[in-house]
Amino acid sequence: MQQIINFIIRFKNFLLLLLLFCISLALTILSHSYHTSKFINSANIVTGGLYESFHHIHKYVDLNTQNDMLAEENRKLRLKLLNPVVFSDSTYIDTASYADNYRIYNANIIKNSYSLTNNILTLNKGAVDGIKQDLGVISSNGLVGIIDKSGKHYSRVLSILNTSTRISAQLKKTNHFGTLIWKGGSPEYIKLIDIPKIAPVQPGDTIITSGRSSIFPKGVPIGVVNDFELDQSENYFEVNIKLFNDMTNLEHVYIIENLHSKEINNLTNGTSDE
Amino acid sequence: MNSILSIHTVRFIVLILLQGLILNHINFLGYINPYIYILFIALYPIKNNRIALILLSFFLGLAIDFFQDTGGAHAGASVLIAYARPIFLKFAFGAMFEHQIIKFNTVEFGSKLTYFTLLTVTHHFVLFTLEIFSFSRIILILEKTLYSSIFTIILSIILTIIFSKKIK
Repeated sequence: MQQIINFIIRFKNFLLLLLLFCISLALTILSHSYHTSKFINSANIVTGGLYESFHHIHKYVDLNTQNDMLAEENRKLRLKLLNPVVFSDSTYIDTASYADNYRIYNANIIKNSYSLTNNILTLNKGAVDGIKQDLGVISSNGLVGIIDKSGKHYSRVLSILNTSTRISAQLKKTNHFGTLIWKGGSPEYIKLIDIPKIAPVQPGDTIITSGRSSIFPKGVPIGVVNDFELDQSENYFEVNIKLFNDMTNLEHVYIIENLHSKEINNLTNGTSDE
Repeated sequence: MNSILSIHTVRFIVLILLQGLILNHINFLGYINPYIYILFIALYPIKNNRIALILLSFFLGLAIDFFQDTGGAHAGASVLIAYARPIFLKFAFGAMFEHQIIKFNTVEFGSKLTYFTLLTVTHHFVLFTLEIFSFSRIILILEKTLYSSIFTIILSIILTIIFSKKIK
């Protein structure tokens, strides 16, 4: 017994290091499986509140560009309103035709992040505003991410610039679809994998969401094809996409709720079980 | 003693806020950020006991993790360098460390640079390993470690020079 106590006293620094390092490691591993990271996240009241108040200051610096972006969006919406012909070949989502199926909330990003490999954004809307897990988040230019967790007044968004995000996307001109992934690096580019070799991909083609999941409606713009190559199996294309969204400059976003998502999920889960 | 304690408390809080609210959003060339909060660990008094430093580093890292949603990556890296600090001190300052007479204001520039470099590179390597958490992307880890370290080291040296007269 004496020896054990002596041992503990002699190696107390090392034991403390071991303990704290294991705690950090456990937290890191937890944070890599997203829905379980309950403890360390910026949607809590302390850091959420701090970010919110700092955001108020920061907002003024960025006001001009954000105003321009909103004005541009207003112009496009007005154009659609006055001129229904333009609307079919515009790359913007026609919220009008989804009016019965989707509900849209607007929110502000109070914490943006794009330099990590697993980027998470924080929004200033939470459960009291009706935000739930697994709603889609878009901006006026395109896809932003998926709600990962909603606190009372803030919520966390799993950005598309996150190595664990998987979103189904397709070519605009045909219905060949694949999966969007991000492997880290530049926040301007994202990868679309599992596009069949037979698909007529060309640089400059527009990529949109496929609407195969219940999160995003079909037709949310994502980006244009930058270049592409065959993957290792030589059966699928790996396409590099340049995003429409400047992920480094986001402020106003929209949250899309699919009112039929429960029904769709029940149906798809039901069939896959059998 | 009291003034030293208050200086370190203020430094602890100021560095967390500086890091969380400003430096995490620099994103030079898309993804390069300085992590200068480790200055707290670097400049912690040598004579104080190590247990306190290790515990403080853990909470310092955890605070940064709250801001960045990185789980425990910052906490883990900080704890590790806090534990390994005497080794770096011995390597960088040699005999001065043996006699416990280091004053960060008066040491020569070369050894200070060595000390900061060792501390920063170790910290950043552990940090990015934990953050990216996949050995198949070791190139990305090394790349981020290299660039961010350069940024951090330059900034820490500048900061210590600017504030060297006030901190005694």
